Amino acid sequence: MGQLMKNPSESSAVIARLAALLPAGRLLVEPVQLAAYESDGLTAFHARPLAVAVPETGEEVIALVRFCHAEKLPFVARGSGTSLSGGSLPIKEGIVITLNRLNRILRLDPVQRFAVVEPGVINALVSVAAAPHGLHYAPDPSSQSICTIGGNVAFNSGGAHCLKHGMTSNHVLGIKAVLATGEVVEWGGASREQVGPDWCGLFVGNEGLFGIAIEVTLQLLPKSECFHTVLAGYRTLEQAGDAVSAIVASGLLPGAIEIMDALALEAAVAAVHAEYPPGCEAVLIVELEGPRETVAIERVRLDEIIAASRPVEARPARDAAERMAIWKGRKSAFSAVGRLSPDFIVQDGVVPRRRLGEALRRIDEWSREAGLRCANVFHAGDGNLHPLILYDGRAPDGLARAEALAGRILKMCVEMGGSITGEHGVGVEKRDYLPDMFSADEIDCMKRLAAAFDPAGIANPGKMFPVAGAPALVQHGLHPLEKAGVISRE
Amino acid sequence: MAELVDAVRSTPRLIAVGAGTKPRLSAVPGVMRLSTAGLRGIIEYEPDEFTFTALAGTPVRDIAAALAAQGQYLPFDPVLAGAGATLGGTVAAGLNGPGRFRFGGLRDFILGVRFVDGTGRLLRMGGKVVKNAAGFDLPKFFVGSLGRFGVMAEVTFKVFPRRAAALTLRLPAGDAAGLATILTGAAGTRWELDALDASLDEGAVFARLAGPAPAIETLAGEILARWPGEKLSAAAAEKWWTDATEFGWAHPDGALVKVVLTPARVPDLAALVRPLPGARVWIGNGGNVAYVSLASAAEVPGLGEHVRQAGLAALTLRGVAAPLWPAGRARPAIAPAVKAALDPQNRFPSLDES
Ligand SMILES: Cc1cc2nc3c(=O)[nH]c(=O)nc-3n(C[C@H](O)[C@H](O)[C@H](O)COP(=O)(O)OP(=O)(O)OC[C@H]3O[C@@H](n4cnc5c(N)ncnc54)[C@H](O)[C@@H]3O)c2cc1C
Repeated sequence: MGQLMKNPSESSAVIARLAALLPAGRLLVEPVQLAAYESDGLTAFHARPLAVAVPETGEEVIALVRFCHAEKLPFVARGSGTSLSGGSLPIKEGIVITLNRLNRILRLDPVQRFAVVEPGVINALVSVAAAPHGLHYAPDPSSQSICTIGGNVAFNSGGAHCLKHGMTSNHVLGIKAVLATGEVVEWGGASREQVGPDWCGLFVGNEGLFGIAIEVTLQLLPKSECFHTVLAGYRTLEQAGDAVSAIVASGLLPGAIEIMDALALEAAVAAVHAEYPPGCEAVLIVELEGPRETVAIERVRLDEIIAASRPVEARPARDAAERMAIWKGRKSAFSAVGRLSPDFIVQDGVVPRRRLGEALRRIDEWSREAGLRCANVFHAGDGNLHPLILYDGRAPDGLARAEALAGRILKMCVEMGGSITGEHGVGVEKRDYLPDMFSADEIDCMKRLAAAFDPAGIANPGKMFPVAGAPALVQHGLHPLEKAGVISRE
Repeated sequence: MAELVDAVRSTPRLIAVGAGTKPRLSAVPGVMRLSTAGLRGIIEYEPDEFTFTALAGTPVRDIAAALAAQGQYLPFDPVLAGAGATLGGTVAAGLNGPGRFRFGGLRDFILGVRFVDGTGRLLRMGGKVVKNAAGFDLPKFFVGSLGRFGVMAEVTFKVFPRRAAALTLRLPAGDAAGLATILTGAAGTRWELDALDASLDEGAVFARLAGPAPAIETLAGEILARWPGEKLSAAAAEKWWTDATEFGWAHPDGALVKVVLTPARVPDLAALVRPLPGARVWIGNGGNVAYVSLASAAEVPGLGEHVRQAGLAALTLRGVAAPLWPAGRARPAIAPAVKAALDPQNRFPSLDES
């Protein structure tokens, strides 16, 4: 970033030239306008960009990126700004390109089961559009009512159904993007097959470092005809963990396997009046899906396994309303926990499934040691933890203690052979932990790749890779939209 | 592993080769062929984790056997395992078998890769757990990369439990339009088919159901009420699907070309192979891919020209005398820069050297 402009008069001249690229009113420069873009889901951090560009078409995005390339002006693409890792945190000496107005579903082919969408389309709206045809878009992050497909693509976002259906990347068939070099590429397409290297696969999860996706082709799947959702309460977390192992060993392939611990249960009860079996330290949620004939047989097997795992109580959902209630409790749990405390840190490290029990025991031990409360609500089926560390930012060392605990948990995930992030991405928040997972050579290789796509270092600089001398960053507190009750997290 | 690194470092121009079951992919003149046959063995297999890690030269057949002993499998049905295909070669070729239809392709099950880059460094990308979003997804980029960006040493995959039972239906459809109608009609239903292939030569669709036996019996009845057809015997089904993954239906010494399609374009494909006498065509993955077998490599350019005119993409798998990219290929300006990032000295051939 050495050659980027620093001088204010120089930057105002650049901004004036930039304004000429867009119709009046679509380059925001006033401080009050910029305020809304100063941070993302990682609310502890703010940076005021020079300007926010509001393109409405792919052509405008291309023109903006080419301008940035020519002027060496850093840019950060932004969807809905729900990133939990600071991915869409602006760059002070750069601009934000906000993609919310590129929100058209360009094509929906129910026969060949794919949709071509602009990046600003909200995740849940793809499934809404597909629903009349009996189809849906599988990846379902808890933020799905607000986050965009462009953000999902940049972060390879997950959801509750990853074990069976995979993450965003597994559903992206094609991408049209403007790279940070200004080149427009089209990779993949409507087919579920391709020849040559998987460029689409490489682009998904790039965290905004390669360029901006302007059209995305998504595969749609037939909606499952039937579900069997069971909620089972256990005396101990360990018993719940053992039940997960038994289910996995049985040869069943549930669509979702989730666990909530006591603190999360307490919060969900308070927030959405969820009701759980009394006296439980953990609740397990398992969901089978498929044709009704298959589910009818597999549910017998699942119910037997759960009965054998000696729950305090097992409650199968008897109808769609009861199923929705189970999921509502689950999906609201995180934000609900957040309301118990002024501040919190959320991590999303992954451990091998068989070590979940051990990981949770250690987290519990370490939180006690640190004198902090920690809630766990997580994707047990794929070992994806979501420890939520509660602390009081006004206490003198509150943040520091919470940060230390979070760091310990991330390192544990790596030591156990897992990952520092299952779905939230590295962003700014976990960039200092990347070296725990990858060697210097491996990080160098990734940096070379980033530099190939972005030789000028203008696409979302400062993210993913450790920055020498930069302070460690953590997330705390609820996203503003969560406070408003619009979204919740897992 | 150390030997592999040494071999890469000491060879100015090379391409890794596995068992050579897709000979056209690695037929590059003037470069050393580095065999991965010595890199053999499963390093870790945790049935409870649904993951395994194996050396790149491990025959897929060995892996399939180890998985089967635990009731698990690679859901994309890797091709040419019977012919000896290695794991690394399977990734580099990027081919999927019939199981791609239900749960996704090779790209959807690869989790991590350890490889030697063009500077001779042994690097690990991706992860060893079923979910990971840290760093760039280079493992996916290696899928279909034809050995042009590095030498894979070790690969980690996600696996699934195999369903209790399977059942195959043969649904005669007449012409290509009829095939396309069944392919698209069956794909969008509640049945959750396990595989959906078709033979243009037989004019029939082959649909596989997998799940608990009584359930799939009922579903089969429903499918046969919609389209006339028959249930294949277990032996006939086994032969059919083995033929599919092993290309047993293709000309033994001919050329084999993969063509990327969408289901609605199955009739276009049928039309463009019509002028080629003796061409045999297998439609896979619900109409998203066709494999075209020709008696001789000399016929490939003609096919390629038609494919190009139809706006489709193709890759030659067998037929060393035929062009690798018979319908041409896109060359984004970014590609050389990405290649240089992984292989600055141009140790591995480019996608155009063939
Ligand atoms: C309450 C809550 C719950 C959540 N639950 C989940 C969950 O269950 N699973 C999960 O995986 N995540 C979850 N998240 C995280 C977040 O929602 C996802 O990361 C989401 O994909 C971000 O989408 P967005 O539109 O808000 O993107 P933004 O936050 O605006 O941007 C995210 C990143 O994408 C880049 N970007 C945006 N658009 C483009 C584009 N068109 N081209 C290239 N790069 C682009 C940005 O530069 C940035 O780096 C949750 C967040 C919150 C606040």
